[in-house]
Amino acid sequence: MVTFLQVALDGILSGLLYALIAAGLSLIWGVMDVINFAHGEFLMVAMYLSYWLGFLWKVDPLISWIASGVFAFLIGALTYKLIIRHTIGKSAMAALLATFGLSMFLKNACLYMFSPNFRILNDTILGGKTFSVGGVIFSLPQLATSLFSLGVVALVYLLIKKTRLGWAIQATAMDKEAAELMGIDTERIYVLVFGLGGACVGIAGGLLPSYLATFPDVGGLFSLLAFVCVAMGGFGSIPGALFAAILIGLVEAFSGFYVAPVFKYVAVFGLYLVVVFWRPRGLFGW
Amino acid sequence: MSGPILQVQDIHTGYDGIPVIHGISLEVNQGELVSIVGANGAGKTTTMRAIAGLMMPYQGTITFKGVDITKMPAHETMKIGLSYVPEGRRLFSKLSVRENLELGAFIKKDRKEINARLEEVFELFPRLKDRADQTAETMSGGEQQMLAIARGLMSKPALLMLDEMSLGLMPSLVEKVMDAIVSINKSGMTILLVEQMVQEALEIAGRGYVLQTGKIVQSGSARMLLESDEVRKAYMGL
Repeated sequence: MVTFLQVALDGILSGLLYALIAAGLSLIWGVMDVINFAHGEFLMVAMYLSYWLGFLWKVDPLISWIASGVFAFLIGALTYKLIIRHTIGKSAMAALLATFGLSMFLKNACLYMFSPNFRILNDTILGGKTFSVGGVIFSLPQLATSLFSLGVVALVYLLIKKTRLGWAIQATAMDKEAAELMGIDTERIYVLVFGLGGACVGIAGGLLPSYLATFPDVGGLFSLLAFVCVAMGGFGSIPGALFAAILIGLVEAFSGFYVAPVFKYVAVFGLYLVVVFWRPRGLFGW
Repeated sequence: MSGPILQVQDIHTGYDGIPVIHGISLEVNQGELVSIVGANGAGKTTTMRAIAGLMMPYQGTITFKGVDITKMPAHETMKIGLSYVPEGRRLFSKLSVRENLELGAFIKKDRKEINARLEEVFELFPRLKDRADQTAETMSGGEQQMLAIARGLMSKPALLMLDEMSLGLMPSLVEKVMDAIVSINKSGMTILLVEQMVQEALEIAGRGYVLQTGKIVQSGSARMLLESDEVRKAYMGL
């Protein structure tokens, strides 16, 4: 029983982290119909920033996430300004290939600058700390990261649903021209949305070095999982992405533990295929 | 301020370089209700889109409240008091009635003022108050049209441009919408109306323009247009 609870806990905690990464992807897709293939690389760059802040100046990830979030916001906003803006109105393939190119660029730039080595941050405040409740072990850095992720997802959701700015973002997504007639500068909304999408993944990336190694390829798997969360949850739906992310975290943990570690992504992507065959719009899609 | 609130001089524009309107000039004075009428495809909506700033004229000028807005994008013309309620309503269908109205006042930052505007449009269209928390898509066509007009009023514009308000509505509702437009105009709002239903639009207007294949073929007082043989033959089947 304790083992079962432990595996479930691990699954939920991973799922909450995936949810934050997926929320950023979902936001960008929902408003702009653009799939940001460089999303995982935004995460990787944010992790490097947090790692270097910790390694060089002993800044703890518990603080570095702010810098990483701001940095990734700027990268997102710049990506829109310099790349995405020029692909709007052209084939949907253009934005997709452009972000794919950006992902290659970021990955190889980091490979060149920082080498492919795995970098691990030691002596973080939470690093290696655990506590146990009834035999179930909680890893403090992972717990903090996951709860934090949930909090940020909730904030982004409230921003979209409950504020005037959020309504303006939704209006832009539904009918860009009508939004302009309301006096909404849709160009600024796009910059903001790309920035927010980046900030979500940047905050996650800022916290991760407290328990995960940083290396140039680290974003690949995360972005793939985030994409699956978004597609499974229903494109553009943040609650859908959260639900799918927890589901994926659980499937990953249980199949990895009870079947075999090598099997876990077979189960995750198998589930994805089943959901997409059964409900192509995703679980919460329109 | 003297002179017309909106002055359009010899504008030409179209889609993808193919001209649709060829030299349209018109003006609207403070407090007027002016109708632009004409058949489907005459260029009425194109003219409105060019004025609102959703598309740019190839040549000609548009002046609003003395400001040259020829090349001004829509989100800026809105800020200086020009509100365009587009053809087909274009509501934010998944948002509630109240959220749609709030977005109509997006350029206003003062909470008190926004609430006052909400009360004003609720008084004008009581049905909207009853349905404030419903999503726009769940309302009937007539209610949606009321919401579109109310949303256009939320910014307290100096000029309200209404495009094809009768589209898709049954005759009894068209009459209701027209009555609402008259009462909005009587309260002091300057209105530029575009309509395919020539008779209805000219009956409520002070002045009118008749548009045909991208050109203005007749203009003058609405009464004179209603009595003109050409208009009666071409548009009213008389």
